[in-house]
Amino acid sequence: MGLTNQQVGMNVIDSDLEIVKNSPDDIVVALAGNPNVGKSTVFNALTGMNQHTGNWPGKTVANAQGSHSTDEFDYVLVDIPGTYSLMAHSAEEEVARNFLCFGEPNLIVVVCDATCLERNLNLVLQTLEITSQVIVCVNLYDEAIKKNIHVDLDALSKELGVPVVSTVARRKNSLNKLTKCMDDTVNNPPQNQSRVIYPDVIEDAIAIVQPVIEEQFGNKLNTRWLSLKLLDQDDSLIHEVNAYYECDCLENPVLKQALKRAQVLLKDNEIFNDQLKDIIVSSIVEKAQEIAKETVSFDQSSYDKKDRRLDRFFTSKWTGYPIMILLLALVFWITITGSNVPSTLLSNFLFGIEDKITDIFMYFNAPSWLHGFLVLGVYRVLAWVVSVMLPPMAIFFPLFTLLEDFGYLPRIAYNLDKPFKKCCACGKQALTMCMGFGCNAAGIIGCRIIDSPRERLLAIITNNFVPCNGRFPTLIAMISMFFIGSAGLSSSIISALLLTGIILVGIFFTFLSTKILSKTVLKGVPSSFTLELPPYRKPQIGKVIVRSIFDRTLFVLGRAIIIAIPAGALIWLMANITLGDISLLAHCSNALDPFARLIGLDGVILIAFILGFPANEIVIPIIIMAYLAQGSLIEFESLVEMKQLFVLNGWTWLTALNVMLFSLLHWPCSTTILTIKKETNSWKWTALSFLLPTLTGIIICFIVTQIGTLFL
Amino acid sequence: MNQFENLNCLNIGDKGKILQLNSTGAIRRRLLDIGLINDTVVECVGKSPSGDPCAYSIRGAIIAIRHEDCENIIIDRHPKGSS
Repeated sequence: MGLTNQQVGMNVIDSDLEIVKNSPDDIVVALAGNPNVGKSTVFNALTGMNQHTGNWPGKTVANAQGSHSTDEFDYVLVDIPGTYSLMAHSAEEEVARNFLCFGEPNLIVVVCDATCLERNLNLVLQTLEITSQVIVCVNLYDEAIKKNIHVDLDALSKELGVPVVSTVARRKNSLNKLTKCMDDTVNNPPQNQSRVIYPDVIEDAIAIVQPVIEEQFGNKLNTRWLSLKLLDQDDSLIHEVNAYYECDCLENPVLKQALKRAQVLLKDNEIFNDQLKDIIVSSIVEKAQEIAKETVSFDQSSYDKKDRRLDRFFTSKWTGYPIMILLLALVFWITITGSNVPSTLLSNFLFGIEDKITDIFMYFNAPSWLHGFLVLGVYRVLAWVVSVMLPPMAIFFPLFTLLEDFGYLPRIAYNLDKPFKKCCACGKQALTMCMGFGCNAAGIIGCRIIDSPRERLLAIITNNFVPCNGRFPTLIAMISMFFIGSAGLSSSIISALLLTGIILVGIFFTFLSTKILSKTVLKGVPSSFTLELPPYRKPQIGKVIVRSIFDRTLFVLGRAIIIAIPAGALIWLMANITLGDISLLAHCSNALDPFARLIGLDGVILIAFILGFPANEIVIPIIIMAYLAQGSLIEFESLVEMKQLFVLNGWTWLTALNVMLFSLLHWPCSTTILTIKKETNSWKWTALSFLLPTLTGIIICFIVTQIGTLFL
Repeated sequence: MNQFENLNCLNIGDKGKILQLNSTGAIRRRLLDIGLINDTVVECVGKSPSGDPCAYSIRGAIIAIRHEDCENIIIDRHPKGSS
């Protein structure tokens, strides 16, 4: 019952990127840019719902694609991960660089942040070294004006030798300028892009190598750029170049000799590899500085005062941590209170339909096994999944996206870097944890933002300790049934605090296991770390809600439903096929029961968790179904009666607590496992990612049960 | 008189000019990439709750850098208030 990559939405990463063109004339446009410049906003605004892959929480980690048409042309837009430079450091930067260098886009739009243009020009200049088919899109132009920053677009265009447009991506009509410019650029490709001029010795060295490359390999890649990269001995890039030319280009004798001559020249002038790298980077930065000086004017005195005030509030010694926890609790509180009513309405509605369907079956005298299989099995599980899972997701996802849009998530990484450093890990792991709240698989792909492979592995293996959106409703249901007496404000606050507490338990285990791993199998010292704290931005509430519901909620729910249908059928069959004198389900649950009791669960719950392997969302519905199918003789039509059903099957608060703990601490779902395998490329780490949370869960539930029974 | 110190010597609001980057390897490239070349003026704009990392304003962007990495960034410190 494994999910295909198509369903996971991850089939377009790395080198196996396939551009989906509707017709061969489609023009492929790559959207490049530094992180946090609103690149994805441009992408979303242009492609609307015409996306082949959705964007996941946090940032673009894979190349997302979509289409856009103007009167003149049809475009395929590719949103590549944000990167500061094309001299890649991390896995996701490599994805970006590889697509720009070897993906052969017809056009590259470099999206820049107008409020911080100089830094963005670094990437622009590096892109111009590869191709002249570039448009510079100066985004966030409104914010720049607000901050008294003025960019002379004409001068900038003249300096760079390529078209420049200003946009305010959140205002969709301002993008007309960009699309018009795309049309114009396709019609009249720019020819004379500006280039960074390096010190004479390096230029001489390039002059030795460049003609040889032209002669041996042709002009398919920019030869000046390639000469520089070969001199720079950028190993990961050379690897890609070889793959591109389908040969080991350093083995070419003519080129080898030219490179040797150039290197001797450099060495004679005391430029060794390290110095060469420095000089290359410095030349680009200096050129960017020079251009910015000519084209940007600003009144520096006050332009980011508000951001600094907010930062003092969100990251100070006294308020930083409490606010973080309070915000988390607030998000949970809104989710819990908000999802109560719609859940009840949905379940009433869906079970109302069930009665109607039953009537139809009766009318046609359908055999009772068919009714049982389709209605009591398949339909019911579906109805449970939708009514229990949909409302909390539909509230939690948008709320979380709002925080992300506002710019708060990098502050979490900033606040938590020290604790992570103590565990020999990286503060960016906090960002990947945040993404894990949405979906662990997304969080694990997100780990590409971590430079050091060791720290990235730590983040991947421990990501599952953060409960994803599929597990929240389980936690919420348990809390509201077994730990909170009545409805009302105070009880909803207590629920939110309890849920926060459970999350903190998960975070505690993240730290603990990260620490243990980095002292054992993943030994190492914390590597260096830089993290950008982007400006705070007013979230676009309307868009966030629409996007997070379409991109995330429906996607996750769809996956749950696909799993729920066969799972519902299976459970019904197991409950109704008898072997000897008891059902198959009873056989299985009896077999698992002794073990399950040890960790405070029962056989049915454990079966539900096992069947929930493809999607955690179906755990509670399966438990309900299994109990009902085992012949609990209660009239069961609403959420209110759910607790009664559980209690009849021997649940206590201790059972509920263990269900919560086990939901927090057990194996990752199948999608996540597949993602881990894909990202780590190792069965060993995948197995560890499976075993670590599972064993933790079993041990913790065992301890809690043994202590808990003393109080019962 | 200006003293030669590293980036950690800056308190919030202090500015310094980069004199020398002693970092090596990947972090060196990273720091150069964000524009930390010689003569760049850097301002310390914040400290995280535990005091490490700190946030610096570098060429218009706010970048957090860890204590250990700051040690290798040698600066010429200006007293508060000067540009």
